[in-house]
Order: sequence, then structure tokens, then C-alpha cells
Amino acid sequence: MSTTKATLMSPAAAGSRPSTLRRCLNHPGTIIGGGIVIFFVLVAIFAPLIAPYEPNTSNWLAIRQAPSALHWFGTDDLGRDILSRVIFGARASLLVGLVSVAIAIAVGVPLGLIAGYVGGFTDMAISRCTDALLACPFLVLAIAFAAFLGASLQNAMIAIGISAMPIFVRLTRGQVLAVRNEDYIAAARLLGVPNVKIMLAYVMPNVLAPIVVQATITMATAVLAEASLAFLGLGQRPPAPSWGTMLDVARQFLTQASWMAIWPGFAIITLVMGFNLLGDGLNDALDPRDD
Amino acid sequence: MFLYVLRRLAIAIPTLLLVSVMVFGLLKFLPGDPALALAGEERDPAVIEFLRQKYSLDQPLYIQYGKWLGGIVQGDFGTSIRTRLPIGDMIAEKLPVTIQLSVMAMLIALVIGLPAGIVAALRRGTATDYGVTIFGLLGLSVPSFWLGIMLILFFAVRLGWLPSGGYVNFLQSPIDNLEYTLLPSLVLGTAAAAIVMRHTRSSMLLVLKQDYVRTARAKGLKERIVVIRHVLRNGLVPVVTMSTLHLGELLSGAVLTEQVFGIPGFGKMVVDGVFSRDYAVVQAVVLCSAAMFLLMNLIADIAYVILSPRLRG
Repeated sequence: MSTTKATLMSPAAAGSRPSTLRRCLNHPGTIIGGGIVIFFVLVAIFAPLIAPYEPNTSNWLAIRQAPSALHWFGTDDLGRDILSRVIFGARASLLVGLVSVAIAIAVGVPLGLIAGYVGGFTDMAISRCTDALLACPFLVLAIAFAAFLGASLQNAMIAIGISAMPIFVRLTRGQVLAVRNEDYIAAARLLGVPNVKIMLAYVMPNVLAPIVVQATITMATAVLAEASLAFLGLGQRPPAPSWGTMLDVARQFLTQASWMAIWPGFAIITLVMGFNLLGDGLNDALDPRDD
Repeated sequence: MFLYVLRRLAIAIPTLLLVSVMVFGLLKFLPGDPALALAGEERDPAVIEFLRQKYSLDQPLYIQYGKWLGGIVQGDFGTSIRTRLPIGDMIAEKLPVTIQLSVMAMLIALVIGLPAGIVAALRRGTATDYGVTIFGLLGLSVPSFWLGIMLILFFAVRLGWLPSGGYVNFLQSPIDNLEYTLLPSLVLGTAAAAIVMRHTRSSMLLVLKQDYVRTARAKGLKERIVVIRHVLRNGLVPVVTMSTLHLGELLSGAVLTEQVFGIPGFGKMVVDGVFSRDYAVVQAVVLCSAAMFLLMNLIADIAYVILSPRLRG
């Protein structure tokens, strides 16, 4: 079956398909970055099984204890086990990252498709609004939306998602403009294929690769933004653990309990770096120019 | 050239106007009566009615917007509900602080990022290259507030060399001012250095592959001359553009760093505004940030045209 398919495809197409996946798998960045991301996803899913303690249970006999055999990462100001809280904190970070990027894509990509494909006044209206949103600083925008909506994990997702949306509009629109005048689009139009179907079946597959890369990099931004909002008190409500809130609390005990500040920070850096590595790797592997 | 600048301005100004409409709209969507908010503790209906008329809150939206925008054009951003000060004065006081931080951060970024990026590109695939690349990734991934906390922990708490937070005006005491701004600009500079470095490296690698570099080498030019005259001159053009753009982001984005170090700049102003529901302040800061961002965009565009003569035509 696969052999007949391969012979039917043009040599270029037949050659490029397996090589994209192989290039992804051969890239050290994709492997390491992907590994880090998968590790954190597993940690988040199996948090109740891995965590040595209940993340929200205070222990008044173990307040601000330095890392030890009993508490590997130490304990916080309420005697809670920091390792367990870091493990459960992965849930907030990944959930916000995933949902906010999904919101950004769900709103941004269709808008970009429409702007690029329809053109004219629609394009101008969408593009100008995108420019205006992009001119506002990302984090300030997210803070303003989060404050406007009220502090909660759910609203942090929406705020970050809206703030990250314009970049997807611009990216998709640019990609659509690049393929809009290709012969196969013109052919589909001549054959009377409906516009919506052309957009989804002919244009969309061609703009997918850069969107995947952008989505990965935006996950890194979103995880950082979640930590930032939580740090400011605009994200996950206590006592539920979030790396950003943990750092906010830790700041008050810097001199007495520096370990409280160290571990959540390492967790953020590692996860964000995982997404950045993965994004870089996918970018190299999916970039058709770089052979 | 002049026409080109005009054309770019013709795009930037409507964008800024659109930002102002969105910023204005956001405030109008807020629940609650702004006249009541302005009145504060005062509950006298006459006072509230007076305020409503004074701030044209009884007028149709487009007239309110027109008056608001007209005021801003003349430098009148309204009054802060929290501090009772004119917002224009607050901006005039806080903007220089943020500009100083941003410029210092950008200097640090260029001093570290440029040479690191150039060396990494010239020695592609070596240990140096990997080291620089890893530093770049780390710089991108470190949350600024965490790096700030760690620097405070090390330099202020442990070593006691620098203050852990606060701010002194440069005109009052330049040395104290530098002591207070060094750590925050280091935090901002690290992230910026990572970005500068990554762009420099990739831009240099792109240029190194070009035919004219091969020609220059084939002519028998010394490698040093090839690098300085051909590679650097072309490879650094996008870096200049990108650095200018990033300066625009720094000018508006030092929210968390200013918060951690207690620096009374633009970023802290917006956070304070958000938390005290002082939305006129938030409006003003977002609008100013967008204006600065667009201005830096414009400067980056112009610099790009000046530096790459092919586009001047």
C-alpha cells in the first residue's frame, strides 16, 4: 500500500514527507525540548501519585525547614512541602499555557485566514486592529485584561489568550498571502470549490507548519505570563499551588528561607526552556529553506 | 527618504488612534459609574452631578472620546483617582526612570550579546557556539522577577554590595542612582542580551552563506577583512532594527522588574493603577507605551533604510 502511494507522488513530495519527521527526530533541540515538555506533562498528570505530601496541607511543626531527607526541597512558611507544591504547580502552568494558546489559535488563525483570503476592506479592518493590539505591550495587556476580568486561573487563561492572539492573526495572514495566488488555489476556484472549503482544505495545510512553531514558542511565553500574573496576584488563587504565587510568597522570606524562592524558579526556567528548545528545533526542521 | 518616513507615519498614526479607541472603549465597558468613582467618599447627588458634567460623562460616547483625545493631544491625560495628581505630571516624573533603565539594559545587552553572537556564528558548531546558544536559551527562559529575586539574594542580602530595592533620582545623587539601577538593568539586560545574541548569530550565519562572502574569500581577502567589511556590515543591519524594536518593548515592559525592585517607573505605575482600579492611569500608560513602541518601530524602519542602501530607492 505504501509503495504504490509513494510511486504516485512526485519525487519531491515523496522525499519531503518522511524527512520532515526524521528531521524533527534528528534535531537535538526537538528531542531535549520535547523530552522536558513530556516530563512536565507526565508530572502534572500523575501529580497525586508522585508528590510525597498533600500540597495544601500545612504542618505547623515543619515551618520553613531547609531541604532535608524528609522534605527534599524544604518547606514553606506554612510548613507545606515545597516539592509537592512544585509538582502540583506544573498543573496550573501547563493548563494556562495550553488553554491560552488554544484560545489564541482558535481566534487568531481564522481571523488571519479571512483577512488574507478575502482581502479588501475586511483585511484592512482586521490588520489594523491587529497592529493596534501588537503595539500594546504583551504583559501590560495581559495584566489589564486579567484585572478587568478578576483574578482567577480561568481569567488568566483568557487574558493571556487574548494578548497572544494578534501574533497568530499576523502570521496566518502573511502565510495566506504567500499562497493565495498559487495555481492550485486558482484551479480550485475555477472548479467552483466553495471559499470556505478552499480556505480549510487548500490554504490551511500550507500555513500549518509556521503556526505549529509559533504555538510552541507562545506556550513558553504563556507559561512565563502565567507565572508573572500569579506573582502579581492576578492568577491562581491561594492556597492552590502555582509557581508564580510561590515566588511571590517566597520574596517575603528571602533572608530566612531562600530555598522557597529557588525551586519554583528552576521549574519555570526548565519548562519554558523546554518549549523554547522544542520551538527552535521544530523551526529548523520545518523550515523548507534550510536544507 | 522623506516620503518614506511620511508613508510610515501615515500607517503609525491611524494605528495609534485605533489603540486610543480600544483603550477608551475598555474603560467604558467597565461596570460602575465613573462619576461615583471620581466622587470617592462623597455621596452628595449635586457633587456627583457636577462631576458628571465636568467630565462630560452625560454626553454621547463619541463626544466624550473626542474631548478625551483632545485633552491628550494637549498633554492632559486626566486626573489619577488614587493620587489626585494630573496623570500627565505622573508620566513626566516616571518616564525618565524607565527610559534610564531601558537604555542601561540595552547597553548591557549590546555589550554582551553582540560579541557573543558574532563569535558563536564564526565558530559554528564548536563548544563556544554551544555555550553561547545555551546562554541565549537560558536568558529567554528566565522569568525576570525570579532573576531579580536571585540577584537581590546574592548581591544585596548575602554580599551586601548593592541595595535590595528602591530608587534615588540621578540628579540628586548620580552614584546612589547607579547603585539602585544596576541590578534591575542587569535583569532586563540579561533577557535583552539573549535576544540580541540569538539575532546576531542567526543573521551572521545567513550572511556567511552568501555568494559575495565566498567571492570575497575567493579573491584572497584576509578572513578578518572579509568578516569586518562584508559579513559584519551586512549581518548587523537586522540586529540594529531588532535592538531598536526591543528598546521599544523595554520602554513599556519592565513591569515585573520594577515591581520586584520597587522602582517608581512606568511599569510600577501601570500595576499600581490596575490594583487601585485607577483606570485613567492604566489608559494613559497603555497609550503612551503603544506610542513609544510605534515610534521605535518607525526609527527601526528608518534605520533599516539608511543602513541598507538597496532599499533607499
